[in-house]
Amino acid sequence: MLFYDINKPNFMQGFLMSSIKRLLKKYGKNRLHLITFLKELQAEKGFIAEKEVQKLAEALGLSMTEIEGVITFYHFLTDKKPGKYVVYLNNSITSEMAGMEEVARSFEQEAGCRFGETSADGLITLLQTSCIGMNDQEPAALINDVVFTCLNQEKVKKIVAWMRQGKPVQEMVEEFGDGANRHELVRAMVKNNIRKAGPVVFGDFKPGEAIRKALDMAPEEVIEEVKKANLLGRGGAGFPTGLKWEFCRKEKNGEHYVICNADEGEPGTFKDRVILTERPQMVFEGMAIAGYAVGAKLGLLYLRHEYTYLKKYLEHVLQKMREEGILGQNIAGKGFDFDIEIKMGAGAYVCGEESALIESAEGKRGEPRDRPPFPVQKGYLNQPTTVNNVETLATATQIITHGAGWFRSMGTPVSAGTKVLSVSGDCEKPGIYEVEFGLTIKELLEMVEARDTLAVQVGGPSGNCISEAGFDRKICYSDLATGGSIIIFNKTRDLFAVVRNFLDFFIEESCGWCVPCRAGNVLLRKKFEKIAAGRGTLQDLKEIEAWGKIIKSTSRCGLGQTSPNPVLTTLANFRELYESRINKEADFIPEFDLKEAVAEACEITGRKFTEEHEHA
Amino acid sequence: MSKPVIATASLAGCFGCHMSILDIDERILDLIELVEFDKSPIDDIKNFSRPVDIGLIEGGCCNSENVEVLRAFRKNCRILISVGECAIMGGLPAMRNTIPLRECLEEAYLHSPTVAPEDAVIPHDEELPLILNRAYPCHEIVKVDYFLPGCPPNADLIWEALTALLQGRPLKIDYPILKYD
Repeated sequence: MLFYDINKPNFMQGFLMSSIKRLLKKYGKNRLHLITFLKELQAEKGFIAEKEVQKLAEALGLSMTEIEGVITFYHFLTDKKPGKYVVYLNNSITSEMAGMEEVARSFEQEAGCRFGETSADGLITLLQTSCIGMNDQEPAALINDVVFTCLNQEKVKKIVAWMRQGKPVQEMVEEFGDGANRHELVRAMVKNNIRKAGPVVFGDFKPGEAIRKALDMAPEEVIEEVKKANLLGRGGAGFPTGLKWEFCRKEKNGEHYVICNADEGEPGTFKDRVILTERPQMVFEGMAIAGYAVGAKLGLLYLRHEYTYLKKYLEHVLQKMREEGILGQNIAGKGFDFDIEIKMGAGAYVCGEESALIESAEGKRGEPRDRPPFPVQKGYLNQPTTVNNVETLATATQIITHGAGWFRSMGTPVSAGTKVLSVSGDCEKPGIYEVEFGLTIKELLEMVEARDTLAVQVGGPSGNCISEAGFDRKICYSDLATGGSIIIFNKTRDLFAVVRNFLDFFIEESCGWCVPCRAGNVLLRKKFEKIAAGRGTLQDLKEIEAWGKIIKSTSRCGLGQTSPNPVLTTLANFRELYESRINKEADFIPEFDLKEAVAEACEITGRKFTEEHEHA
Repeated sequence: MSKPVIATASLAGCFGCHMSILDIDERILDLIELVEFDKSPIDDIKNFSRPVDIGLIEGGCCNSENVEVLRAFRKNCRILISVGECAIMGGLPAMRNTIPLRECLEEAYLHSPTVAPEDAVIPHDEELPLILNRAYPCHEIVKVDYFLPGCPPNADLIWEALTALLQGRPLKIDYPILKYD
């Protein structure tokens, strides 16, 4: 990261001009690339200055407010000057469980500033962020976009000492992880932790075979094969992939697009990271196959900012595919053109929702769109677009190679094939498990060597918190549907801390468009805290249920529609936990305490809170 | 049989909701046939003289006196109704909730352009109610039975709610009366 003295106006002027001119030359005068512009400007000196916003607004014909709106929407864009080293410590529940608090204190102590602040010498900024996809190796942090896993006090001391010596961040990574994490373009300490490789995503794969086979079929036949395989979306929602492709293909007008959703932000999910690390070509071939099926020439991989460390490597894989003739012009000599671009996210959970993702890919705030029209009708650039999850596309590749019959011989009749699970929390063997659908929670717990399990969070915070009574339930679309996040809590854990962490997450990540989601979740959290503090009544439990229903039914995207789930599912499955904290006899218990409420006024006016007032 | 008794109060409100009660116009003549008023600005009775059936509260709580009055209403009223935005959500007075109290008081009493520097003082007389750290909606302090939304609630809404309650029948409210945009 370079630093310039922005207080020198003349220099700044020249610098600005050249920087922005260069970007406009490189990408064109197109707001589609706004997030890329902003990320590149920020890469130069750590933040985006007001002058740059002004210049960029002029160049792109946008208002400054619109650009500021984009900057403030994303976690990893900032208009405030940060330190030379920016630490984003992950605050997800598994990080908390693995000792985040201690690591955070240690960072504060070593850096000499608190979280949310920059050290006085301008060297270090400490910030927190939501799940960065490293749940099986927590506590983890991003430092200038480089991933640090399994942090502890000792490592923090070492890292901060290196910062004081001015060591480049990449050089602080001393040991690399396994597999492609060691690749010269990755060089990350991230571990794959593939504990169980299944026959589909982590099964045999001959690069180039599937795309060649697909191109020998008619596009309709490709769709038919995927439909016959009964492939359902692996991101969690489970929409039939073949049907989605068919809808998209049927839209006659306009360019068609394929988007691979690699914005895995559901806390506890990290399977797409591992798939992209170890099976990138399987994913890219899936995109090309999808492109052939729907009639698209361009595919976008929307990669979450947290996985920036994989970008060069993925670009390298794409380049290799082009050189081998299985991507780009005239693929495999069969007259089909299709290429793939990588679009980087900038940090926003809601962008995992497909219409928000499209908005973000167009360089805007990642706010979900109204539907209909659905993305297959009006998606990227308002053209027909199929948005599919990383695992879905990888799976489609294998279906084309091995056939629908092979695929349907695995799993259950409704939920065919396998699911890649990201397992974290209290178990001996956290990591990646590719299992056939139909596996029970009990079987999974044995597989991952979990003991004394209190609860299993299936599908992340937006999913379901299962108690022992539900351990015979199956992982499949007709029972426990999941995008793959499995977090295990043993009997020493306080579920209230879990719920609190999840509620905070949704409050932080709500885009703010729908009032029930923006305000409702704050009220829900307040009510929850009232109960946690022992001041709840039966009426409060009833209100939590009622409010949860309102938030779910009146929010327009999946975030709001699932955001009350941490409270609602624990209330349904662990009701005794809540009941043990409430006062069942009381009709009403206020949170309000007059003495506390006037304390500040007493301090300011020098008055005393007297008995008389207490009678009030 | 004696008539049902009503009490009303304006806490941290602007009296707009009371004006809206008066906006029932000539129906106020019907109302006094139906009910009697106890503590209320409408008849200027300052203290509760008996148990009351229905209490109507305008405004939220922003000082210790508001809390005192509200608690007295809860104690003396069988049914308590929050009337209007301020009672229900804090309303305009709650705009200060994001600003530290000291900053609010200093702005108002020390730095305001109309303050003569030699008189600049934050009021601290013992007779004054103590200001709360933030404005509170009524239901965070006492149990509230019903809520009539609006800023102010439409007079027809207040009339319909009161008569329905007095006659023990379900509310019948036309959509435009509850639509606020």
